[in-house]
Amino acid sequence: MSRGYLLSLPALVLFAGLLILPLGLTLVLSFNVFDYQVGVKADEWTLAHYLALFSDAYFYEIFWRTFWISALVTLLCVVIGVPQAYILSRMGTPWRSIFLILILTPLLISVVVRAFGWSLLLGADGLVNQVIQALGGRPLKLLYTPFAVIIALVHVMLPFMIIPVWTSLQKLDPSAEQAALSLGASQTTVMRKIVLPQVMPGVLSGTLIVFGLAASSFAIPGLLGGRRLKMVATVVYDQYLSELNWPMGATIAVVLLLVNLLIMLSWNRMVEGRYKKSLGV
Amino acid sequence: MSRNGPLALGFHTVVVVFMMAPLVVVCLVAFTPENTLSLPTSGFSLRWFRAVFERADFIQAFYNSLILAFTAASLATLIAVPAALAISRYAFPGRNFFSALFLSPIIIPHLVLGVAMLRLFALMGVNGSFTWLMLAHVVIITPYVLRLVLAAAIGIDRSAEQAAESLGAGRFTLFRLVTLPMILPGVAGGWLLAFINSFDEVTLSIFVSSPATQTLPVRMYVYATESIDPMMAAVSALVIALTAATMIVLDRVYGLDRVLVGKH
Amino acid sequence: MAFLQLNALSKRYGAVDAVVATDLAVEKGEFVSLLGPSGCGKTTTLQMIAGFVDVSGGQILLDGRDITHAKPASRGLGVVFQSYALFPHMSVRDNVAFGLKMRKVPAVEIASKVKQVLELVRLAPHAERYPRELSGGQRQRVALARALVIEPPVLLLDEPLSNLDANLREEMQFEIRRIQCTVGITTLMVTHDQAEALSISDRVVVMQAGRVTQIDVPYKLYEHPRTRFISDFVGKANMLAGDYDALGTPQVRHEGGDGELTLSLRPEKIQLVDAGTGRVQGKVLDRYFFGSQWLYRIHTSLGEITVVRSNDGSPPLGRGTAVGLQWHADLLRVLAADEVHP
Repeated sequence: MSRGYLLSLPALVLFAGLLILPLGLTLVLSFNVFDYQVGVKADEWTLAHYLALFSDAYFYEIFWRTFWISALVTLLCVVIGVPQAYILSRMGTPWRSIFLILILTPLLISVVVRAFGWSLLLGADGLVNQVIQALGGRPLKLLYTPFAVIIALVHVMLPFMIIPVWTSLQKLDPSAEQAALSLGASQTTVMRKIVLPQVMPGVLSGTLIVFGLAASSFAIPGLLGGRRLKMVATVVYDQYLSELNWPMGATIAVVLLLVNLLIMLSWNRMVEGRYKKSLGV
Repeated sequence: MSRNGPLALGFHTVVVVFMMAPLVVVCLVAFTPENTLSLPTSGFSLRWFRAVFERADFIQAFYNSLILAFTAASLATLIAVPAALAISRYAFPGRNFFSALFLSPIIIPHLVLGVAMLRLFALMGVNGSFTWLMLAHVVIITPYVLRLVLAAAIGIDRSAEQAAESLGAGRFTLFRLVTLPMILPGVAGGWLLAFINSFDEVTLSIFVSSPATQTLPVRMYVYATESIDPMMAAVSALVIALTAATMIVLDRVYGLDRVLVGKH
Repeated sequence: MAFLQLNALSKRYGAVDAVVATDLAVEKGEFVSLLGPSGCGKTTTLQMIAGFVDVSGGQILLDGRDITHAKPASRGLGVVFQSYALFPHMSVRDNVAFGLKMRKVPAVEIASKVKQVLELVRLAPHAERYPRELSGGQRQRVALARALVIEPPVLLLDEPLSNLDANLREEMQFEIRRIQCTVGITTLMVTHDQAEALSISDRVVVMQAGRVTQIDVPYKLYEHPRTRFISDFVGKANMLAGDYDALGTPQVRHEGGDGELTLSLRPEKIQLVDAGTGRVQGKVLDRYFFGSQWLYRIHTSLGEITVVRSNDGSPPLGRGTAVGLQWHADLLRVLAADEVHP
């Protein structure tokens, strides 16, 4: 028993000092009074930042934009990722592993590189506009619009949807599909009644990861959203590094973290309630 | 053997093109001889790669990232291996809390961790120092090592350790000759995954690095927000090549599909 | 005093008694099996002897020395695990040499001992292979060689054959017995397979719900099972209601209902005779062919009775055939009630 503690001790020290402590400090900071002349007043307390967050139309707009962009990205990832994972699972070797790796490896390449790639594609004289012009159309403004942010976020998040769906597809017993076919079900019925219910836990956990990561994404909106199209993460960055209003930034960060955790926990509970019994996941 | 119809294969092609397009474009533009971000139409040139190597700030940032990722991944491994053994082997009160705590950086936004550590480091007066930047990275990459080592430690045959014990192996010998070799693929895979994640990290690093300790992704991020020229494409292409090389190693060591999908 | 002795050995997990006050004495050179259904405590007993599970109460004596609380490493026992527990990253040679290296045996001596033991288990040509390149039976032999090479005072075998397929299992049974006899090592084997226990052990210890219910040589265990559970678990048995007659001899009760006794009658002890003769009349319900034997299910006034007849070449009886059943009265066994219910 004591060996268990002894072996976890280094990790515990690190996580206490560099995870629990700083998060606690940030929570405290969000209640500190801020003054543009003297900065943070560590011994004066206020709820003003939280009130500002819930009353100021500027913050309201940012939270709303972050929410709908994340929700749309999540939806797109489901619509693209689930069929794609299913198609991959029905491929033969070696194509299956090749394409799986091809689709998932962008995950390991710096998000800055990927954002830059999209800015090349979507820029005023980028590849997409060149194609549009070549086809006789008029160039569109794509970069620094929600469209650019959404498409790049889908690109970044899609692997996070495909992975859990793929994992639940792997657990599927292929003979269950064959059994359904032999009992007279059509291919679409098999998909709808046999495959989809069984991969639902994977879809739901993918949804969770994608939404959480999209809602707190920083580099993509920072590079592809431009100066006007702010999301929660880029606003926190502004508060800390341009406005220097740390307590306000801390407040937004705390709310972002709490909303994230809340969604994850309640979603988890819902998923567990609905699927744990029937599927034993 | 493919059981996909033409419609499915068409869909699949679009998805693959979508996933590959930005990376391919970056690599192509990197070879442009022009001064603007354009596809190389009049021939290939290495001028922008040369430009990268003339930029002391980028070279410095690259070395920073390399040393940072190496030390952080190594330290994370040193911490995660005993923790994984503790969690997988010993039943002790708080075990579930420990494993949840050590895995939590995966679900806490890096932005939140970044500003939280910025506050702590500012109070301590150490913000921008390499050591503390590195420790911050250790926190966010430890879960990756822990997950893989945990999977490996749970997957091995416990009775092999009992066999070694009954044959007379002491605690340290047991770990060195039996346990470690058996979990080694997990440890090595975890180290590499941690290395890649540390090397790529931008959101947290942007808050807790200084110009002297700036990492490559932070340097690139800042550069991309200020100016856009083909040198950025050349740097990106180099990063892609480096990542691809690391992935090949990762595939040989642990199996890429296992790292990415968690298949065992 | 016996070579390996368990005195009132017990193990509790929280509120659950896994092993209750078990006494056992194993003589030097003896092959003893612990037989029982899963969860009966046999593996826990073995693990306590090996030192992997802490003892809750009682004593383990090895050659007079108290090893109850000694570390596994200092007991020096040879253990063969159900999963074989080979070190996957070491060759056969390194696996076998491991225990000798731990004992800091000189390299020359290690080489010759490993060679010797690999010859004993007939694996000498495979010394450089890795466990994953071996078949199940070969892995089993490596595990055995690894345990034997340290010349342990006692060899502990935990379900050594359960991962092998049926044919190989029988072959390995004989192999284990041959090696055990050659080396003359005191051996304790855990198994849930009664045929395995009967065929290779000097004595069999039957365990049920954490307790030892009978210790006997295989033949006696089969012929004189003490309880209904043992009679059922070791071989097949017909259970008949019975009473003592005036002379105190057990008799089958023909009137129906529960008698004062439970009697056991082995299926192969019953002869099928012409209808109208024999002790009981019956009708063939079903028959099953096992190659060397026929098994009949026969409906009688005593209930359904199973009869096994060796396949001596005579034509088998068809379904519905009326037959008489005959047996020697002294082959009826009186069973004690089960003290514990599984």
